[in-house]
Amino acid sequence: MSRFTFTKLAVAGAVALGVMAASPAWAADIVGLITKTEGNPFFVKMREGAQAKAKELGLDLRTFAGKYDGDNDSQVAAIENLIAAGAKGFAIVPSDSTAIVPTIKKARDAGLLVIDLDTPTDPIDAVDATFATDNFKAGQLIGEWAKGTLGDKAKDAKIAFLDLATNQPTVDYLRDQGFMQGFGIDIKDPKHYGDETDPRICGHEMTGGAEDGGRTAMETLLQKCPDVNIMYTINEPAAAGGYQALKAAGKDDGSVLVVSIDGGCPGVKNVKAGVIGATSQQYPLKMAAMAMEAIAKFTKTGEKPKPTEGKDFTDTGAQLVTDKPVNGVPSISTEEGLKLCWG
Amino acid sequence: MDEDARGSTLAESGLQGADQSVASFEEEAVTLIKRLQHFLHEFPTAVPFIVLIIGILIFSFTAGGKFFAPFNLSLVLQQVTIIGILGIAQTLVILTAGIDLSVGAIMVLSSIIMGRLAVVWGWPPEIAFLLGFVAGIACGFINGVLVAVIKLPPFIVTLGTWSIFGSMVIYVSHSETIRAQDIDQMAPILHWTGNRIIFGHGALITYGSILMIVIAIACWYILNRTAFGRHVYATGDDPEAARLTGINTGATLVGVYTLAGFICAIAAWVLIGRIGAASPLGNQTANLDAITAVVIGGTSLFGGRGSLVGTLVGALIVGVFRNGLALSGVEVLWQEFAVGILIIIAVTIDQWIRKISV
Repeated sequence: MSRFTFTKLAVAGAVALGVMAASPAWAADIVGLITKTEGNPFFVKMREGAQAKAKELGLDLRTFAGKYDGDNDSQVAAIENLIAAGAKGFAIVPSDSTAIVPTIKKARDAGLLVIDLDTPTDPIDAVDATFATDNFKAGQLIGEWAKGTLGDKAKDAKIAFLDLATNQPTVDYLRDQGFMQGFGIDIKDPKHYGDETDPRICGHEMTGGAEDGGRTAMETLLQKCPDVNIMYTINEPAAAGGYQALKAAGKDDGSVLVVSIDGGCPGVKNVKAGVIGATSQQYPLKMAAMAMEAIAKFTKTGEKPKPTEGKDFTDTGAQLVTDKPVNGVPSISTEEGLKLCWG
Repeated sequence: MDEDARGSTLAESGLQGADQSVASFEEEAVTLIKRLQHFLHEFPTAVPFIVLIIGILIFSFTAGGKFFAPFNLSLVLQQVTIIGILGIAQTLVILTAGIDLSVGAIMVLSSIIMGRLAVVWGWPPEIAFLLGFVAGIACGFINGVLVAVIKLPPFIVTLGTWSIFGSMVIYVSHSETIRAQDIDQMAPILHWTGNRIIFGHGALITYGSILMIVIAIACWYILNRTAFGRHVYATGDDPEAARLTGINTGATLVGVYTLAGFICAIAAWVLIGRIGAASPLGNQTANLDAITAVVIGGTSLFGGRGSLVGTLVGALIVGVFRNGLALSGVEVLWQEFAVGILIIIAVTIDQWIRKISV
C-alpha cells in the first residue's frame, strides 16, 4: 500500500469515526454501559433501564456489548473508547470477571467512576462499586425451597446440576454453591463447584445458559442417574432446555423438582405453568438505573456509592417466585413475579 | 475336455521346463501397513467408520453397559442430528472448495422467524413455517451471489454474513425467547420434528433424525446421479477446467449456496423440535461444529473430494466421543480436547492415504 493511499484511507476512517461519534449539540456528560451480549433479554432490559434514566438525568449514554458471552476483547475496546471520549464513568457487566481488571484500573486511573453490574469482578474491589443480585443468596433461596419442598426425602435426593461453563465464572459458582448451601450440602471450596463429595450430587454439566445446551446436558445427566429428582439450573433458558429432556424421558410428571434463577418473563410463565418449581428473580432494570444515578451524583459531588451494610457490594435484591411457598422461605407469587419480570 | 483346450495343451507342451514367471519389477514384500494404506486409498470413506468403531469399542469398556444401552445410542443420534444436517449443507459448499461460516446463524434466524411470526405476530403457523424456509433460502442465495457473481472469497463472504444474519437474529427476536408451551398451542407444526418412533428397549428415533437421513439420501442422489451434482464436483476440483468444458460454474455455485440455505432452514425446524423453544441464545459454535463433522468425515477442504456419508459418520464420531467420555466420567474440557485430537488425526490420515500406495 503506498503512503498516499494509506493517508487517504486514514482520513476517510477518521471522517467516518467523526460522523459516528458526532456528539449532541450541548456538551452533556458522557457515560457508558457495557454489557455481555445484545442477544440476552437480561442485558437488553438493562440497556433500556439505563437509557431511560440517562435521558431523565440529561446524560449522553454510549452503550456497548460483546459479541458472545465471555468476549473480553470487545469489552476492553469499549472501555478504551470511553476513556478516549472523555467519559465521566461507566457501568459494566464483565464477560470475564478477572481478565477485565487491568483495563478497569486504567479507566479508574484516568478518573472515571467504574460501577460493576450483575457479575462481580474478581477481586471485587477492582471497581468503585458493585450493584448486583446477591447470586449466592439467590441460589440459597432456591436451595432452601427445594429442601423444604422435599421434606424428609431431601436426604436421599438425587440432584442434577445444569451449570454455565467450564471456566466457572463468578455468577456460575455463586449460584451453584448458594444452592448447595441452602440445600444443606457441604460446599468445601465456596469458589469452586465439583469438589464436593455428597452422594446426592449426580453431576455437573455445562449449558452455556441456553436451551440447546440445557437439553443435551440434562440428557447426559439422566443417563448418569435415571432416578434424578431435582434439577438445579443456572438460568431459565437452561431450565427450559433441561425440561425438554425430562419430557422426552417421560419425567415431566412432577417427579423432578426444577429450580432456576433469573425471573425473566418466559421463566416466570414457566413457574406458573409448573415447568419450573421456583425461581429467584433479579432486577436488571433497577441495577442499571441506580448506576446511572450514581455516576450523575459522582460528576456533581465527587461522592462514590456505598455498599450494602455487611456486604462488599450494593445488593439490588432477589425474591423467590413460586406458587408453592415453603414455610420459613420468603417468596412472592407468580402473579407478582409477572408484574416485576423482564424480557 | 473339448477340442480347443486339447489343441492348446499340445501347442504348449514344447514350453515345458521353461521359466513360467512373467517379467516383473523387483518388489519387497507388501507390508500390512501398505495394504491398509492402499485399501483406504481406494475407499477413503472407510476411515471415519474405523474411527467410529474404535470409539465405540473403547467406550463399551470404559462406560460399561450404560453406553451400549439402545436408549443411549438413540440419544447420540438425536444429539448429532442438528450438526449432521448442517454438516450436509457444509459438505455441499466445501465440495465446491468454498466454506460457509454462516450456517449456524441462518439456522437460528430461520427458527426465530418461524417461532415469532406464528406466536407473537399470530400469523397462520403454515405461513410462518414457509417464511422461515424463504428466509433460509434467501440467506443462502445472498451468500451464493456474493461468492459467484461478485467473485469474493467464500471465507470472507460468509464471515461477513455470519455477523449480518446474527444481528438479524437479535433484531427480529428482540432478544426474546418464544416458549415451548406457546409453540405447542399456536404452531404445533413447528414441533413435528420432535415426534418419535419408539422401537422398544428404549431405542427410538425422532422425525428430525429421519429427516437428516432423507436429506442425506436426496443430496447423495443430486451429487451422484444428476448433471448438477457432476458440476458441483467439477467446479470444486478445477473451476477453470469446468468452465472450459461448458459448465456454468457461477450458476452452480449460487445453486449450492442456496441449497445449503434451504437445508439450514430444515435444521431450524429440527432445532425447534429438539429444544422446544425458538431461542436467540445458544448454537454459537454450530457452524464450526458442522465444519468439524465434515473434516472428521474425510471431506477435503480443498474441494472436489468427499462424501455425505463421511460427514454423517463424522458427526456421529463427535457425538459418540462426547457422550462416551461424559458417561465415563470425563470432564467437559477433556471432551473438547478429544474432539481436537480427532480433527488432527482425521487430517493426518487423509494426507497419508493420498500418497502413492501399493
